[in-house]
Amino acid sequence: MPEYLHLNNPITERRLFNGRMLVSLVLVFLMAAGLIARAVYLQLMQHDTYATLSDENRIRLQPVAPTRGLIYDRNGVLLADNQPSFTLVVVRERARNLDQLLTDLQGIIEISDREIARFQKRRKRSGAFFSSLPLKFKLTDGEMAKLAVNQYRLPGAEVRAELVRNYPLSELTTHVVGYVGRINEREIKKIDPIQYSVTNHIGKTGIENFYEPVLHGKVGHEQVEKDAQGRVLRTLNRVDPVPGNDIHLYLDIELQRIADKALEGRRGAVVAIEIETNGVLAMVSKPSFDGNKFVTGIDSKSYNTLRNSMDIPMFNRAIRGVYPPGSTIKPFIGLAGLDAGVISYRSKVRDPGWYQLEDDERYYRDWKKGGHGRSVNLRKAIIESCDTFFYDLSFKLGIDQMHDYLARFGFGGRNLLDLPGEALGTLPSRSWKKKTIGRSWYHGDTLLAGIGQGYFSATPLQLATATATFANRGMTVQPRLLMTVPGAGWPVLERSRLPDVVIKDPADWDYMFKSMEMVVHSPRGTGRRIGVDSEFRIAGKTGTAQVVGIRQGEEYDAEALEERQRDHALFVGFAPVDAPKIAVAVIVENGEHGSSVAAPIARKLFDGYLLDRGTSSLEPDTTQ
Amino acid sequence: MQKTYQHQLPDFQSRKPLPGPLRALARIDLILIFLIVLLSGFGLIVLYSAAEQNPSIMIRQSSYLAAAFVVMFILAQIDPRHLQRLATPLFVVGTLLLIAVLLMGFGAKGAQRWLAIPGIPRFQPSELMKLAVPIMVASYLAKRTLPPKLKYLAISLIFIVVPVGLIAKQPDLGTSILIGASGLFVIFLAGVSWKILLVAITAGVASLPGIWFMMRDYQRQRVLTLLDPERDPLGAGWNTIQSKIAIGSGGMEGKGWLNGTQSHLDFLPEGHTDFIIAVLGEELGFLGFLFVMMLYLMIVSRGAYIALTADGMFNRLLAGSITLTFFVYVFVNIGMVSGLLPIVGVPLPLVSQGGTSLITLMAGFGILMSINSHRSLMQQ
Repeated sequence: MPEYLHLNNPITERRLFNGRMLVSLVLVFLMAAGLIARAVYLQLMQHDTYATLSDENRIRLQPVAPTRGLIYDRNGVLLADNQPSFTLVVVRERARNLDQLLTDLQGIIEISDREIARFQKRRKRSGAFFSSLPLKFKLTDGEMAKLAVNQYRLPGAEVRAELVRNYPLSELTTHVVGYVGRINEREIKKIDPIQYSVTNHIGKTGIENFYEPVLHGKVGHEQVEKDAQGRVLRTLNRVDPVPGNDIHLYLDIELQRIADKALEGRRGAVVAIEIETNGVLAMVSKPSFDGNKFVTGIDSKSYNTLRNSMDIPMFNRAIRGVYPPGSTIKPFIGLAGLDAGVISYRSKVRDPGWYQLEDDERYYRDWKKGGHGRSVNLRKAIIESCDTFFYDLSFKLGIDQMHDYLARFGFGGRNLLDLPGEALGTLPSRSWKKKTIGRSWYHGDTLLAGIGQGYFSATPLQLATATATFANRGMTVQPRLLMTVPGAGWPVLERSRLPDVVIKDPADWDYMFKSMEMVVHSPRGTGRRIGVDSEFRIAGKTGTAQVVGIRQGEEYDAEALEERQRDHALFVGFAPVDAPKIAVAVIVENGEHGSSVAAPIARKLFDGYLLDRGTSSLEPDTTQ
Repeated sequence: MQKTYQHQLPDFQSRKPLPGPLRALARIDLILIFLIVLLSGFGLIVLYSAAEQNPSIMIRQSSYLAAAFVVMFILAQIDPRHLQRLATPLFVVGTLLLIAVLLMGFGAKGAQRWLAIPGIPRFQPSELMKLAVPIMVASYLAKRTLPPKLKYLAISLIFIVVPVGLIAKQPDLGTSILIGASGLFVIFLAGVSWKILLVAITAGVASLPGIWFMMRDYQRQRVLTLLDPERDPLGAGWNTIQSKIAIGSGGMEGKGWLNGTQSHLDFLPEGHTDFIIAVLGEELGFLGFLFVMMLYLMIVSRGAYIALTADGMFNRLLAGSITLTFFVYVFVNIGMVSGLLPIVGVPLPLVSQGGTSLITLMAGFGILMSINSHRSLMQQ
């Protein structure tokens, strides 16, 4: 088409434009209607949903951790409390660059690579938005000052104060009180997720573990308004947490200290029981360790040192250590013999220094070469700890009766009311041997059991319990640690206890008491060393338990044996004899002689408990 | 036509020429300025809450508004014919500046948008192009027979694609969409045949995968997030989820001015800029939202009236494009905040905080007023 024919036609062009403009306007109004429809949908139809979401956004129910109950001894000495501790935490969402922040922090205070690694592990586990993850615990004042000065350039790093469990007496009480530690993944599955939503620690061992429900308390909560960064703006509503209950134990920390000191440098255990209350007065296992180290997580080097130590300090010998009870078992066997009628007060045995069964060429030796003489009765056998008499008695009693009597005193069973992890030891019987060893029972087994050797083993706690029941003339003692929970109607825990030991002739008790008294208070008694200057009468029995069997025809040579192969020294006893108040069991590993090593320790405990200690030492030691 | 002519003639004869300053004032369209003042005043009230009652933000925004009104007033005085004459130089200069931005511009968050030329305040050349592109296309097509032939159409498209491409490369997706729309509106209003439109739309849809391929990662994220905000509720989806909660929780009457929890507790990002409609929806509810929508529709209607009654094809095309582009602002912004469109940086016109885009907008209104008031002069 030639160029000149290109004439604009204003009218058609305008009509075209107007048409397009009107189409556009229709579209505009349709789109506007779409936006309004969207607003109707969001604001009117879905209003409730979004209003809820909005409230959920800003209002959070925030749990408030309860304070853990304190633990005291019977005199109010603090054994476990809570102390403020400052922890460096990192909120990753608030950090501009997490890696940079960690590097910066390492430049300001000392943070080990291990702490970083642990933090990274926690970070991967935690999915919660804006949660604060601990990086370093137990900040010192100096570290806090350094962090405060540099705070402005460390967004995302914060210092949190939290209450951390503290054991002022550390090693002295660890085996009894136990310790708390960070809740691990296995424990998470068992605990109430609501009650423990803000609790970081849980009782791992000892009283802390057993009385966890009493000590923990109830979680509180507060409704808070938070902004998008998780900062709390104000509290709308609050339900206070219920603090955990305080616990008072029967433990007497002065006695505990005496026992601890007496065992210093040795391996062994002491258990002392107050007969009237069944309360545990002292429970010491040496060596011990510091439970405080476990509260915020022990470093692996220290842990491995503890774990790999030959002295196994983390092992509570008092309730978990099983030892052959040795001669300490003799009073129980003797009483059984009397009650079963296989011997009388007048029954006598000739002791050439060995005992032999018919049809058995084996010699069962007495500890004393040459024996205890031509006529040994039960009393003399107790006083001098004559093995031959008890070989004979055991044979007459038989394993079945022996087992039944000893079981009634708690051997081979659980005794302690309120500590986890108690070992049972072994009270051997025909069926036990058949089941575990697969062989039938021999008379020789009976003889060895009769002097507390062979298959027989017991814990220091079992020995102390049996001794306490014995001192209580058969009325069962069930040892326990919890004395009271002040201010709470906490029902004192009861577990079915053994029936009392009832014997046909109560005079047998007097006979046995007198015999045991003469162990300590007669010139030939094995425990005479501790009776000489005693202000009260003590009944007791020494024991020496072989660690390694001595082969036939071999001589016992203490010097030649390695220190750890030496005999264990034992002592059980109670005092005062006329009205027994306290029963004690002492085991000193490789201590060799019950009379010279174990008995003096028991004496110290008797003195500590029965004698007026004066006000100075009774003063609750709360300053520590 | 004849009838109108007769009607207008005595009208102008009876009127005495106005004195200088008053004549200048008379160029202002009263309806339009009333609506604009109402909307921007309402916007300031919402902004006061959205900006946490921060006085410095309020002072800055008020000064921007004042400056924008001055710009509008000045542009209302300029005869559209001058604009048409300036179309090519404006466009060429603007394009060169866009190239300069890509070479030596600066900005934040990985986008180069600003240009600093010694002696004048720093500015965004893309703002200039918001007006330069429709002026250029309108001027070019107004000289041709309408509907335009394919050849002129192709050339017009080049006028659009070049600046849009340069701006998208900054990258500034929001602005490039607005500028592209303003140019395409001119072509649409110029009467390009429906057949070509249909082909273009089909081609556009077909090229979507290609566009997807060209998009940057964060842009793809935004599209994916629109389709399913829950896929990343704390990251890319956060804005959309929170703005929907803000709007939805407002209900019919809203939580009350200054009482929005979503905005004041920082759940809502960008509450005083791109997401201000969510603050409005939360605090003033559906009624407040409806009020603002009505104002926008009235402004669009007034603009459409000016376009329909304007003299000359250039004026009509330009006025129509400015009006429709204004609505695109509104639609894209509210659409993205209410979760209908992907998130692109487009402010809510006259309400969101921001200086440069406000001045450009008001310059556009100034041109509209100029077109309206210069209409009868051509016939005098």
